[in-house]
Amino acid sequence: MANINTAIKAEARDLNFFYSNGARALKGISMPLYENKITALIGPSGCGKSTFLRCFNRMHDLYPGNKYEGQIVMYPDNTNVLDAGVDPIEVRMRISMVFQKPNPFPKSIYENVAYGLRVRGENNKRIMDDKVEEALKGAALWNEVKDRLHDLAFNLSGGQQQRLCIARALATDPEIMLFDEPTSALDPIATANIEELMVELRSKLTILVVTHNMQQAARVSDYTAYMYLGELIEYDDTDRIFTNPGRKETEDYITGKFG
Amino acid sequence: MATQAMQAPMELTISPRLAKNIRRNVKERIIELILMLAALTAVATTFAIVGVLLYESVSFFKTVSVVEFFTATEWTPLFEDAHYGIMPLVSGTLTTSAIALAVAVPIGTITAIFLSEFASHKARETVKPILELLVGVPTVVFGYFALFFVTPLLQSVYPELPSFNMLSAGIVMGVMIIPYIASLSEDAMRAVPMSMREGSYAMGATRFQTAIKVVAPAATSGIVAAYILAVSRAVGETMVVAVAAGQQPTLTFNPLEGAATITAYIVQVAMGDLPHGSIGYQSIFAAGLVLMVMTLSFNIIGHWIRKKYREHY
Ligand SMILES: Nc1ncnc2c1ncn2[C@@H]1O[C@H](COP(=O)(O)OP(=O)(O)O)[C@@H](O)[C@H]1O
Ligand SMILES: [Mg+2]
Repeated sequence: MANINTAIKAEARDLNFFYSNGARALKGISMPLYENKITALIGPSGCGKSTFLRCFNRMHDLYPGNKYEGQIVMYPDNTNVLDAGVDPIEVRMRISMVFQKPNPFPKSIYENVAYGLRVRGENNKRIMDDKVEEALKGAALWNEVKDRLHDLAFNLSGGQQQRLCIARALATDPEIMLFDEPTSALDPIATANIEELMVELRSKLTILVVTHNMQQAARVSDYTAYMYLGELIEYDDTDRIFTNPGRKETEDYITGKFG
Repeated sequence: MATQAMQAPMELTISPRLAKNIRRNVKERIIELILMLAALTAVATTFAIVGVLLYESVSFFKTVSVVEFFTATEWTPLFEDAHYGIMPLVSGTLTTSAIALAVAVPIGTITAIFLSEFASHKARETVKPILELLVGVPTVVFGYFALFFVTPLLQSVYPELPSFNMLSAGIVMGVMIIPYIASLSEDAMRAVPMSMREGSYAMGATRFQTAIKVVAPAATSGIVAAYILAVSRAVGETMVVAVAAGQQPTLTFNPLEGAATITAYIVQVAMGDLPHGSIGYQSIFAAGLVLMVMTLSFNIIGHWIRKKYREHY
């Protein structure tokens, strides 16, 4: 099925996840993320897409009582990011995340982008300036904000704020970028901008994107995974999933017979 | 709709449906009026206080010139040789308040950060009631605590410290207002949406970095509101300073000396039996007016700062 000439960047192996209330939100998920490719997660609301995505950067560690079982292995170093001996902060240094609703910090545009560098102890102004500019260019926001880098980030439009969050995530040169429904709070034009941006970013890093919008998955992704009730129903090339899915459930979902 | 009906020419009859509407309208109006009267009670009281303050102060300033009031360096309205300079009381008030804030702002803010961002649910549920208990302790108790416990303690370090001093009063007053700052700032920080914290953690920030660099700035407006309330409390506080700082008006900003504050003077005079209309009696209203203007200016500054840092999420 998948293109074997491409390297695998990360891989979930028999991943189970339990929320603190005991609910098993992920059931034995195994699937790869190919390097410099976009993998999309689709499925009806509540099927566990966000839960799965947030395992990669150990976001569930923020809330007591959550439990992972299984592995998420990163290559080429073969690190299991879920291992109790692995520092979640180190994981988040390598895997960054863009959220559903833009969540800039109550700081200037510049300081938002510089945030990840600052928490890593970077203080050199020259390096910082360069990195901020590069990240804002990478997020296709530079031209719009270069004259007001020290304005409060909240003054930007929703689409600009989301691109700022992408710049913020880009500034630290992550290996993998996670997107959780990054366009669900945006208008169609801003959505198109973000989609275009994701496709451009693919050459630099590996992307995992949750989307509730199947057209979006079809437009931007190389691989697609269909989840239902915490299980991975089908994973394949995006083209295959949308033209000739292997499972009846996938087809029903894609053709809108269900969900 | 109803107003249109009422404006209609007399010869037109009002349909039964409209008439019913009017009746309902009247009922609504009466309810509105009752609610407004309740709200007015507070407003009217405030105006009455201001009115009395102004009225008595005007009589006071018929005897004492405004220039003397603000420039004379002695405040002895009850002495044979009377002087009417408010500055000794103002310096006492500002010095004790500054010490109190120097104690309460850092400790209160750190407590709030701890409670909001670091404490487990259980720790928070234990510490908060204790803080609230502190609010319930009568201030006169704090006053004697300062005089009989903190002052001797300070004297063991610095023997020349007089029994009545502003340092001890200020420190205890600071302890007294810690709960206000801690509790209100904690509320403000807990109101910061989780999504903002998640954004910070996702960037690889630690808990401490998240608390200091993201949560506290996001809660600035609420934290400033807490500080302003604390300032008002400190400036208006009476018993602690009256008991522990002494009642001797002295123009000094030295915390190691004793001094009287505006409130301490007011309570001292009000407890004696001065004849109404005497200059000594009027002087407490002039002093009260100054106190009110001070509190009001702090509130206006606070309001302005809060507006500047209003939350944007
Ligand atoms: N904090 C939580 N505690 C308990 N259950 C949760 C929590 N968050 C989500 N869930 C449950 O886990 C399942 C998957 O949720 P989620 O991953 O958010 O779905 P999706 O992103 O696909 O809409 C849902 O049944 C949801 O109710
Ligand atoms: Mg979701």
